[in-house]
Amino acid sequence: MGNSWFSRWHFEKRETTSNLVLVMVPVLSVVIGLIFTGLFIALTGKDPLEVYLLMFDGAFGSAYGISETIVKSIPLLICALGLSIAFRMQLWNIGAEGQLYMGAFGATWAALTFPDWPAYQLLPVMMVAGFLAGGLWGLLPAIPRAYFKVNETITTLLMNYIAILWVDYLVVGPWKDPKSFNFPISPQFTEGAILPTLGTSRIHMGLVFGVVVALLLYIVLNYTRWGFEIRVSGESPAAARYAGMNYVKNILLVMFISGGLAGLAGMTEVSAITQRLQHGISPGYGYSAIIIAWLARLHPAAIVLVSVIFGGMLVGGYSIQTSGFSSTTVSMLQGAILFFVVGGEIFVNYRLVRGEKGGK
Amino acid sequence: MEQSIWLALLSTGVVAGTPILFAALGEILTERAGILNLGVEGMMLVGAVTGFMVTMSTHNQWMGLLMAIVAGGLMALIHAFLSITLRANQVVSGLALTIFGTGLSGFLGKDLIGVPLTDTFKPIPIAGLSEIPWIGDILFKHDALVYISYGLIFILWFFLYRTKTGLELRAVGENPAAADAAGINVFAIRYACVIAGGMLAGAAGAYLSLAYAPSWLENMTAGRGWIAVALVIFGTWNPLRAFLGSFFFGTIDVMGFTMQTIGIQIPSFFLKMLPYIFTIAVLIVVTRETKTRRVASPEALSIPYNREER
Repeated sequence: MGNSWFSRWHFEKRETTSNLVLVMVPVLSVVIGLIFTGLFIALTGKDPLEVYLLMFDGAFGSAYGISETIVKSIPLLICALGLSIAFRMQLWNIGAEGQLYMGAFGATWAALTFPDWPAYQLLPVMMVAGFLAGGLWGLLPAIPRAYFKVNETITTLLMNYIAILWVDYLVVGPWKDPKSFNFPISPQFTEGAILPTLGTSRIHMGLVFGVVVALLLYIVLNYTRWGFEIRVSGESPAAARYAGMNYVKNILLVMFISGGLAGLAGMTEVSAITQRLQHGISPGYGYSAIIIAWLARLHPAAIVLVSVIFGGMLVGGYSIQTSGFSSTTVSMLQGAILFFVVGGEIFVNYRLVRGEKGGK
Repeated sequence: MEQSIWLALLSTGVVAGTPILFAALGEILTERAGILNLGVEGMMLVGAVTGFMVTMSTHNQWMGLLMAIVAGGLMALIHAFLSITLRANQVVSGLALTIFGTGLSGFLGKDLIGVPLTDTFKPIPIAGLSEIPWIGDILFKHDALVYISYGLIFILWFFLYRTKTGLELRAVGENPAAADAAGINVFAIRYACVIAGGMLAGAAGAYLSLAYAPSWLENMTAGRGWIAVALVIFGTWNPLRAFLGSFFFGTIDVMGFTMQTIGIQIPSFFLKMLPYIFTIAVLIVVTRETKTRRVASPEALSIPYNREER
């Protein structure tokens, strides 16, 4: 017999789930996540509310802040969209970070190989190279997953470390800028390799890619047979096989696209932001994207919105560094939010009831 | 001369494998009860920073270790509540724990980066045993925590396979409904195992910051928590085999230095990739093998137990 706490309260299956519940679970998760993290901030003797206001002000309080928030949300958006496809199939790709780095590598290869090409030729080639490199990095762990059921969570995660070391090697080794005075950076890209920006801001064309991908994903998932296959495969691999769907092929394809999109995000970062390959091009976009995809319940439109919020969180994180906080405070906040999202999931299908268990 | 290089490699391999071993033993216990905890990396980091902070203020590394164990257990409690009581998705909950732990450790350790520590675990050769040629050098010239890890391997093995509670624990991981029907408290056992697993992960982190490389660095675990999760599969959920695995990975981890000493010129980046590449390769080979042999993961691993659907 369980202890009395368990027997007094229990979960009862909901007949239907209202839209209100679907929206309230993630919203409350964010609120409770903020309070939970606030407790830790309070422990250091600072006022959590003040810290959060400072973050909010940094992210949304000025035109510069808003534009930086959008800039940060671009790679988050593209990565999270890619991850959402894999998560729908219950493929736990947590390798977006490495796939982003490989995409940056692919795009940089194109930029350094064809420096004289005009933008209308070079940019598409960089996009394809970035997508391919990221996609192949996602496909590699998908092969043992599809054929031998090798745990993809561990393999995709470990491949992040390999990809980051590979880029680190390139920028101090073969691709090191001879004029860099020993900084770990590649030569600066030529004009044709740089994505156009909106006016004088840093907001770049990657935003368009992200929104287009979100639209495409929405259409594919809801109106095509393949989108239907992905959803069925995720809910029940056995049913998918029974219905004649090629489960193995879908694993490979989904992981390739998932990695490819992260690779595209890497391309936009090196092309528009750093304009060269360098150490540490991502402050963990690939990891934050996991939380975004989950918080948005894998819904493309919601991912757009959540990405902007998380972009703001990153920018806000930079602005509290000046008052003595580690930049990792933001990942603490993000982890806490994810706790409440996964923990709150049960309330979507069940409700908490007090009293004796009825029926059985 | 030649011989001493190899001895040094194997000896440091044991030390480098120790944090992975502690974490893997904890994860074996957790997974044997049917719960997958992918938060090992995060729990280790929190253990590492807690151990470092407490040792700095108390000047007692044992106190640091103790508090690291407590911190690891508290972190695991979050995962236990989410995955056992709220029946949450264990993959995502574990990931959340890793992300949260990475952030929390960075938050707590902000002012500790680069601070030297004097009260650390130092090697204590065991009289007699350390005199044995080869074996003495490799196994018995280390710090106290390494010896504790040897002991833990046997204790955990004995507990799992030779005690009634161990049998019950494995039953909970294989078939919780049947265990529940037999009067075993599934929830209590799962809670206990997840928390104990977190405590060992906390100890693993403290080993890094108090013995292996006495210092605090953000993300100093560098994926060792994930390697430990892979090691559990490599060790087929058996503590004895986990030791062989941790020794193997520890040796690969430090092989870079040896290769540089004997004059093999490879960029250090590639040497740093080795443990990750080996882990992935081994994972693939072992997973293929487990399909043909009778060893397999605990039947109910990562499946939440719902009493009402029994």
